[in-house]
Amino acid sequence: MKRIVILGAGTAGTIMANHLNHEIDKESWEIDVIDHRQEHYYQPGYLFLPFDIYEPEDIVKHIKDFIPKGVNLINDKAEKILAGEKKVLMQNGDLIHYDILIIATGCNIAPEEVEGMNGKEWRNSVFDFYTFEGSLALRDKLRKWEGGKLVVHITEMPIKCPVAPLEFSFLADSYFKNKKMRDKVDITYVTPLSGAFTKPKATETLSHLLVEKNINQVNDFGIKKVDNENKKIIDYEGREVSFDLLVTVPTNKGDALIERSGLGDDLNFVPTNKATLQSLEHPDIFVLGDATNIPASKAGSVTHFEAEILTENILRYVKGEPLKEEFDGHANCFLETGNGKALLIDFNYTHEPVEGTFPFPGIGPLRLLKESRMNHMGKLAFRWIYWHMLLKGTHIPFVSTTMQMEGKHF
Amino acid sequence: MEKIISGKTINVNEEGYLTGFSQWDKTIATEIAKEEGITELGPRHWQIIDYLQDQHKKEIPLSIRKIGKSGVVDIEEFYALFPQGPLKKATKIAGLPKPASCI
Ligand SMILES: Cc1cc2nc3c(=O)[nH]c(=O)nc-3n(C[C@H](O)[C@H](O)[C@H](O)COP(=O)(O)OP(=O)(O)OC[C@H]3O[C@@H](n4cnc5c(N)ncnc54)[C@H](O)[C@@H]3O)c2cc1C
Repeated sequence: MKRIVILGAGTAGTIMANHLNHEIDKESWEIDVIDHRQEHYYQPGYLFLPFDIYEPEDIVKHIKDFIPKGVNLINDKAEKILAGEKKVLMQNGDLIHYDILIIATGCNIAPEEVEGMNGKEWRNSVFDFYTFEGSLALRDKLRKWEGGKLVVHITEMPIKCPVAPLEFSFLADSYFKNKKMRDKVDITYVTPLSGAFTKPKATETLSHLLVEKNINQVNDFGIKKVDNENKKIIDYEGREVSFDLLVTVPTNKGDALIERSGLGDDLNFVPTNKATLQSLEHPDIFVLGDATNIPASKAGSVTHFEAEILTENILRYVKGEPLKEEFDGHANCFLETGNGKALLIDFNYTHEPVEGTFPFPGIGPLRLLKESRMNHMGKLAFRWIYWHMLLKGTHIPFVSTTMQMEGKHF
Repeated sequence: MEKIISGKTINVNEEGYLTGFSQWDKTIATEIAKEEGITELGPRHWQIIDYLQDQHKKEIPLSIRKIGKSGVVDIEEFYALFPQGPLKKATKIAGLPKPASCI
């Protein structure tokens, strides 16, 4: 018996377990999935939790409910990958041999990377919404907050779901309007980028929305430290932004396991071939989801497209065939703009998000890069699709793995 | 798209990054620097430009964090030399593509 080990049972690991369970010859292959957690978190829900749009139970389920029969779930933390020996050392001391390893350990926030960020104001007036605990603590804070300066901040790129901080700002605007206290809140969006988003056309649309919603923008802000005493963030050029409530997205890093195993770059992301998803260093290691260093968005939708191509490549690898260089960086994200509306953006490595129709060229029904209620329904439906289709590896109807060019206004 | 800098025609993308390094030279660097609000490139600027070009040649992805740890320049000085978005400015001046860490 040969063995495929999947490290991590989040979005990527769960989809791969389901795909491989269908596709691989079970007479000769065993599939193991390793995760120390019991719960699977629907991370896109962290955006809605602070505003009382979702409840915690909407976004947390048991990992084991999504791992198919026929796949072994090992409930322990991986300590170290011994790539030379094809083994994974577990926290309990077990050594697990693999023939193929799939790294799907995701990424996490690392507030300790910035001086003062997790100082005495952490979860007091400095919050994150990229963790379940952070998002929940922020909900409790917002419920009783009486207003003042709200600063929404990105520390450095890359971060998962790079549009989430913008969405947070838009939803905050709606939230305070609904609470009839928007006049008591001053919202500022602070980013290390030169504009609202990373790609020019979407930046134009999004900057316009920021202005329309009366959200101030501070660009090119390379944070040096959080001053807890005076409640300010300060950048390397000495610029200061003061806050009463800071909602920051700290540096995102791959799991410390990657660092211990000597497999990552300086942010613990694993150097990966961006078209095949094979590790650049070890041919028997494959990587997908937020754990890679590829220049695509770190998003569940991207992970879903990656998984379809990776499954095919693993089948090819097993047969000794050349890998398909097919992944194009395809991302397809709904972006909440507040007041029950959303935008939809669709892009890849080479094509930035543009206007058009989706998924049917010329028809839609979804409009790209335009605010609509239909897109908002799409975003809310994504949670259902996530739990019932995406994790199970079901192909989502009409949505192609690589990006489609028709119906788009380049 | 084409652009004329000190009498030479060069090709740049819509954000002003050179599309091919072969067209780069020091005069072009100096002119792009002026457009970016850096009136004069001193020895420290050139050292950093050299370093970035060398890293790029070795296909090592560039990030502010890595440059800060390189021993060539610390983050504070990097910002002082290339204010407001040092990496995206320095790479543009050095004739390199916009780094993925700025995307
Ligand atoms: C606020 C927010 C909003 C988002 N919104 C969207 C959205 O609207 N649309 C979208 O497509 N995406 C969105 N995302 C991104 C999406 O959630 C992630 O891209 C996706 O979950 C990545 O999947 P992954 O499997 O790579 O990582 P994860 O799902 O994070 O899974 C990693 C797993 O690995 C396990 N693990 C890590 N280290 C070890 C170890 N040493 N031993 C054992 N197990 C380990 C962890 O316990 C975890 O279960 C959002 C993310 C956030 C934070």
